[in-house]
Amino acid sequence: MRSIIDILDLSTDEIAELVQTAQDIIAKPADYAEVCHGKKLATLFFEPSTRTRLSFEAAMYELGGHVIGFSEAQSSSAAKGESVADTVKTVSCYADIIAMRHPKEGAPLVASRAASVPVINAGDGGHNHPTQTMADLLTIYREKGGFENLTIGVCGDLKFGRTVHSLINAMSRYKGLKMYLISPEELKVPSYVKKDVLKKKGIPYVQTTDLEGAMPELDVLYMTRVQRERFFNEEDYLRLKDSYILTPDKMKNAKKDMIVMHPLPRVNEISVAIDDDPRACYFKQVLNGKYMRMALIMKLLKEAGTI
Amino acid sequence: MNIDSIQNGIVIDHIAAGNGMKLYELLELDKLDCSVALLRNVVSQKLGKKDIIKIDREFDVNLDLVGFVSPEATVVVIKNGEIVEKKKLDLPEVLINVIRCKNPRCISMTEQEIVHEFRLSDRENRVYRCVYCETKAN
Ligand SMILES: [Zn+2]
Repeated sequence: MRSIIDILDLSTDEIAELVQTAQDIIAKPADYAEVCHGKKLATLFFEPSTRTRLSFEAAMYELGGHVIGFSEAQSSSAAKGESVADTVKTVSCYADIIAMRHPKEGAPLVASRAASVPVINAGDGGHNHPTQTMADLLTIYREKGGFENLTIGVCGDLKFGRTVHSLINAMSRYKGLKMYLISPEELKVPSYVKKDVLKKKGIPYVQTTDLEGAMPELDVLYMTRVQRERFFNEEDYLRLKDSYILTPDKMKNAKKDMIVMHPLPRVNEISVAIDDDPRACYFKQVLNGKYMRMALIMKLLKEAGTI
Repeated sequence: MNIDSIQNGIVIDHIAAGNGMKLYELLELDKLDCSVALLRNVVSQKLGKKDIIKIDREFDVNLDLVGFVSPEATVVVIKNGEIVEKKKLDLPEVLINVIRCKNPRCISMTEQEIVHEFRLSDRENRVYRCVYCETKAN
């Protein structure tokens, strides 16, 4: 049974196929309105993540399917101490496909090994979140016309920011990639990401603390937030959280067709004044996330022979 | 026992010097009631110095574990005073229930009866990573 746990579980051909499907859904949504008629998606959210859950649920409804599930561990059998494996074996009896969010790293892999239906990782702690990366990829594709020959700047928390690591992994498979890694000293990209991905694949990169200096070079600026829960003390968090705030002033140095992305939610790292700039793409990312989830649900259900 | 003359047992030879104790612990040889010898820093032509473990009874050695700790080791099986088998080792691709993940955020910490699984991610530097959370084994 095919499941998607890590963005690299999908080949570049499969990413291309999903992008094409998503584009087709956007062009002709009515053609897909009944594709999953009578099928059920289970959203098993062992920790709350309203935006991801709503995206999966909206995706399934727009394919004509139904949704069952829970939105926090307290309302599930996990609160009684049930294992992940037992939970998904039970849910496999009711649902055709599972989207799972879990605070423990690797829980969706455990689920995929126990389930008899496809499992989609909807975020496992600070580890993977492949459908977020799929949303990022569709956004880059639609806005930049492809994945090759791009200079991408990632900015903010590059140490704990899993969306950044995942994006680097996914983009490292395309030709002509250049990376700018922009962060405060304390939140630099971990050395294994540089060694195992960037250096190994010969991808040119610049590591810097200077956002404004990097700005004119970028085709894509991917902003992230500094997450309070990653810090042991409040002082460090407060000191670092305002390291990079994107303002209209800083955007003056950017290319006219650079795009600004952000996995959301933002705290204050992108000024609200940027929202009206045509280069701001973070709300498009949200919408693109739903289309890619639709494309993925369809793909996995087709491979499983369910639709 | 005379450590040179085992009648029926196992000799783990050519263990990289310093790893004998670790292997002794991981193989849980302290739980055996037969004679077990751990020789440390034995002078060897091949390795300079090596460690050796001798177990004076038939014993089902977890070869993946030995390969993980010291892939240059050899496992020699002795029956009736004769060498009946010499097993060459290599770094195993996968370690199943050999070591445990130390990442407190890993599902393998809490899931009941989970298979503890590590994959070789970098042969050159002998790096194993947990399949669940990708944390390095050390
Ligand atoms: Zn682990």
